[in-house]
Amino acid sequence: MPRLPRRTMSAAQVSARSDPHAGGCADGEGGQGCGAHPPLQPSPEALITARGLGVGFGGPLVLRDVDFTIAPGEIVTIVGPNGSGKSVLLRALLGILAPRRGQVTRRRGLRVGYVPQRLHIDQALPMPVHRFLSLPQRHGPEAQARVLARVGVPDVAHKQMTVLSGGQFQRVLLARALLAEPELLVLDEPTQGLDQPGTAAFYRLIEAVRGELGCAVLSVSHDLHVVMSASDRVICLNGHICCQGTPQVVLNAPEYRALFGPGTGGALALYQHHHDHAHDHGGVAEPATLDQQEGHG
Amino acid sequence: MLDDFFLRAVLAGLAVVLATGPLGCFVVWRRMAYFGDATAHAAILGVALALGFSISIFIGTLVVALVMAMTVAVLAGRGWAMDTTLGVLAHSALAFGLVAVSFLPGVRVDLTAYLFGDILAVNRVDLAVISGGAVLVAGLLVWRWSALLTATLSEDLAHAAGLHPARERLVLTLALAVVVAVALKVVGALLIAALLIVPAAAARALARSPEAMALLAVAIGAAAVLGGLRASLVWDTPAGPSIVAVAAVIFAASLPLGVLARAGARP
Repeated sequence: MPRLPRRTMSAAQVSARSDPHAGGCADGEGGQGCGAHPPLQPSPEALITARGLGVGFGGPLVLRDVDFTIAPGEIVTIVGPNGSGKSVLLRALLGILAPRRGQVTRRRGLRVGYVPQRLHIDQALPMPVHRFLSLPQRHGPEAQARVLARVGVPDVAHKQMTVLSGGQFQRVLLARALLAEPELLVLDEPTQGLDQPGTAAFYRLIEAVRGELGCAVLSVSHDLHVVMSASDRVICLNGHICCQGTPQVVLNAPEYRALFGPGTGGALALYQHHHDHAHDHGGVAEPATLDQQEGHG
Repeated sequence: MLDDFFLRAVLAGLAVVLATGPLGCFVVWRRMAYFGDATAHAAILGVALALGFSISIFIGTLVVALVMAMTVAVLAGRGWAMDTTLGVLAHSALAFGLVAVSFLPGVRVDLTAYLFGDILAVNRVDLAVISGGAVLVAGLLVWRWSALLTATLSEDLAHAAGLHPARERLVLTLALAVVVAVALKVVGALLIAALLIVPAAAARALARSPEAMALLAVAIGAAAVLGGLRASLVWDTPAGPSIVAVAAVIFAASLPLGVLARAGARP
């Protein structure tokens, strides 16, 4: 199905997308795929496709039987508890880790903008922001100034990376990723270490930037209530794919509840709180997170 | 004009720091100091093998340094505890090298020249080999600079940008082996690592970008060569250690300068 811009998605389309998933996911026992998601269709324009992916480090596989694809413009979020293999999956899809089973295919010449989970810059390495933005490809001062202003840190170009605050640092990482004019933006828990307003602001920024670039976004996160509502598809991971589908579908899936139910009650409550608002009061709640749920209601 | 032994020594020293400046920065940035030590100590084993098989000292040290550097790189890739592994390898190579030299028949070998360098005895052929190797390494680093720097900053970022961090590691390993082979004559096996690390560390306090740090490391290395050779001429001190001693003095002087520079940079 061609991806539609999320904000213009009609109620009928949302239902059409979610219903088949919902039925399948409820049947699952938490095993691979839980029969919910449609079979992986070979698609020539898919940015990254993985089949039967298994990754391990000497011992048992950390990740097994993962089928995955991401289409141009699609927003996919991977959620899962600590140690569920989220970052491992991301790194295998990027080619940083070699798979032990299966295969990963990236479209030829795919431009990836990667925002890593954390980046430690050694004190021994002097690294001003403007130099960091030109690694490995040079970008002129005008382009750098433009993208720094866009991500909300216009004055840091000549500062050292090591003196930036956590929020500034993440925004500079994002700026570097954007300078590559990515077709796929990959975010590995990009808001780790940011407080809640900082996290919300960062995701709003990603949303806005994605709207401008039209790039696909693949992210890994714990910030369920923020990220899930912004995603076309959520993949719930715990060593394998437990279930996947639209945010509502995954939220209601028993596999997801089994993984996150008791532990992250706050996040779920917050999410559903928004959801209810959308049902009851239409446009009252925060629009950035709710368009899809409104349609669903 | 190259008839003057002192001029040849100056040129050889300057050529070597052209390579050790930028390479030393990578050694510091990637925390490979001990790696440099292990490779350099292995050079003594190379000297013994070269004398035993009557091949060029340069070739002998290059081959052994290369083998050592590759071994260490492979072990590091397998996640061995590098601290211990490197300590074992470095000192074993040195010990076996010294023992092997003692077995050599015939001429008694003056080990001091290989341990501490013999820059004042550099002849025209040596000078050609040293400058050739140094220019090769400097050129290699300049050519791969952006990729090397990205991979040093983060291998993940390098991967995502379509680079191959393993290839860049190999570039540094090769460069290190060549530098060890050409610097042996200048400062000797025991002080090669110092020539890599001390100028780069001194440059760190004053530099605000990686490129500035590499250029400063070359400049500081050049100053150390000139100062050290001058000192050895005036006070009749050993040349190699004098060069490293001057570099160390510059490093000590750079510390308060760096503090001042940083204080001035803050608004």
